[in-house]
Amino acid sequence: MIHLENIRKDYVIGGASLEVLKGIDLDVQKGDFLAVMGPSGSGKSTLLNIIGCLDRQTAGTYHFEGIDVSIKTDDELAEIRNTKIGFVFQMFNLLPRFSAFKNIELPLSYSNIPYEERKERVMEVLSRVGISQRASHKPNELSGGEQQRVAIARALLMNPSVILADEPTGNLDSRSGGEIMDIFKGLNNEGVTIILVTHETAIAQTAKKIMFMKDGVFLNESH
Amino acid sequence: MKAIEALRTATDSILSNRVRAFLTVLGIIIGVTAVILLISIGEGTRQFIKNEFTGLGSNILIVVPGKTAKEGGTHLGTSAVRKLVYDDALLIKKRSRHIQYAIPVIAGTSLIKYGGRSRNTYVIGVTEDYFSARNLSIDTGRFINASEVDSKRHVCVLGRTVKNELLGDANPLGALLTIGDSKCRVIGIMAHKGVTLGFDIDDLVFIPTTAAKEIFDTDSLFNITIKVRGESELEAAKKDIKEILIRRHAGQEDFTVLSQDEMIAVMDRILKIMTGVLAGIAAISLIVGGIGIMNIMLVSVRERTREIGLRKAVGAKNRDILRQFLIEAVMLSAAGGLIGVVIGIAVTWLIPVFMDFLPVKLSVWSIFLAFFFSAGVGIFFGVYPARKAASLEPIHALRYE
Ligand SMILES: Nc1ncnc2c1ncn2[C@@H]1O[C@H](COP(=O)(O)OP(=O)(O)O)[C@@H](O)[C@H]1O
Ligand SMILES: [Mg+2]
Repeated sequence: MIHLENIRKDYVIGGASLEVLKGIDLDVQKGDFLAVMGPSGSGKSTLLNIIGCLDRQTAGTYHFEGIDVSIKTDDELAEIRNTKIGFVFQMFNLLPRFSAFKNIELPLSYSNIPYEERKERVMEVLSRVGISQRASHKPNELSGGEQQRVAIARALLMNPSVILADEPTGNLDSRSGGEIMDIFKGLNNEGVTIILVTHETAIAQTAKKIMFMKDGVFLNESH
Repeated sequence: MKAIEALRTATDSILSNRVRAFLTVLGIIIGVTAVILLISIGEGTRQFIKNEFTGLGSNILIVVPGKTAKEGGTHLGTSAVRKLVYDDALLIKKRSRHIQYAIPVIAGTSLIKYGGRSRNTYVIGVTEDYFSARNLSIDTGRFINASEVDSKRHVCVLGRTVKNELLGDANPLGALLTIGDSKCRVIGIMAHKGVTLGFDIDDLVFIPTTAAKEIFDTDSLFNITIKVRGESELEAAKKDIKEILIRRHAGQEDFTVLSQDEMIAVMDRILKIMTGVLAGIAAISLIVGGIGIMNIMLVSVRERTREIGLRKAVGAKNRDILRQFLIEAVMLSAAGGLIGVVIGIAVTWLIPVFMDFLPVKLSVWSIFLAFFFSAGVGIFFGVYPARKAASLEPIHALRYE
């Protein structure tokens, strides 16, 4: 489903070129739960952004569901992000002015899903992450763990092909971190494909498969 | 993204910072109010002056010395051109069958004394026909008659104000005033009329033209006021006047014949320009208001960089973001425009109550102009911030602290 071949990414800062990804090969199948581990600065987020079509590689080929995304326009990528990819960020990235419900609803604004279906869908994902009773609360009225659940609900809303989570527990204590991982595990059991980035072994342990990254390359694979 | 959704998003974002939104649109509110108000004053003045001139009567022609381009208005001096004289008026009356009255008018200012009191005011020399030509009315006594004009009798008819100033409550008829060096007997008092055609009928003195010639020691007329028999004969009368006077003036057309409509047209043009200038000045304040909106929108784009990144991450296209910020800017300015329209209309209504000397006339076009101009300002000044927002790279926007 996700197929990366020799992906490279350079950042040019002030004339100097910084190689962040130096030839990444990766295959992710439907139903996988992959954890990418590695020290800070090793390029994990950069890789996840490319997989999530938020960024483009400098070289190499990336096929998402058989499509070469490098030839897609920005608008087409936006549509892929809207319908096929769900993001979960370390900082939750909820809009502070909006209630949980409205935050979760956000991707629908950019979709063609009819109004009548929307409420039902939002309520469904809210119950999947176990915070139905929090729908009308604003982010600052929610705990960190609850905020991240809202973010996961938002990622789930469009029934994406894959959920990409960048250090989703990085801002949480270990208990709520554990709860979040339980949710991911449950979702994966329901068949949701997940790619997770973390530098904590305990968190990575939840995944079915762990890959280690250092200085822009994968080291080895373990199961 | 559907339009309704975009509107809702923009409303949410504006309402989430009400005070700032209000301060931002204050400039637009003031601008729109100013546009409506100044245009109302301009239009009111135009209407007022138009009414003044209409009071002249539609079958009145005025012949003034000097050839003036119509655009330039009329100048009242008599220098450098051949003057109009008493006999010109008599000849016009005699030769044209379209003309009912031709009144030689001499005008000047003079110090008028009675007893211990004095007043400097206009003295207008006219003939007996002036009374009916201009539809004047008398309060006490009578107007100047033909035999007094013929015999250069020093008699006078006073306006209300002059009478009150000089004579007080005393019986005015028969009183002997001093005009310049001559004595004049009062034969009548004009009815209250107010200002017409720049002359305050209440504050002047009518004497026979023949007497005015002596008192001011001049031959040259201020104008010849002509009453045509019927409105349909206006053009024919004009043609007659021109022929008669050109012949008398050695083939030169060194005078101007103006009808009420022409005078109105000239004044109207000037006042339209004035209204335009006023509207232009007010429009500048609208533009300043627009810059205020641009400023706040730029701040807003910066503050919401992460939001923009997130929206892009969940599927917003560049044009969705562009539209969101553009709609926000237009909503701000349109809301300001709407409030400004309400205040502008309210103030225009209140002016006659508190400042009755200021003529105002609310015009519908000024309301539309002001409102749509303010919305246009919102679009114009919203484009740059909105484009800036739309062009943000999603990953940079997400990383932005
Ligand atoms: N937009 C950028 N411009 C320049 N350098 C960047 C940019 N994004 C990331 N980097 C650099 O790339 C390297 C990898 O970053 P990142 O992928 O965030 O690492 P990780 O998520 O593994 O901590 C870091 O050295 C970082 O400074
Ligand atoms: Mg990272």
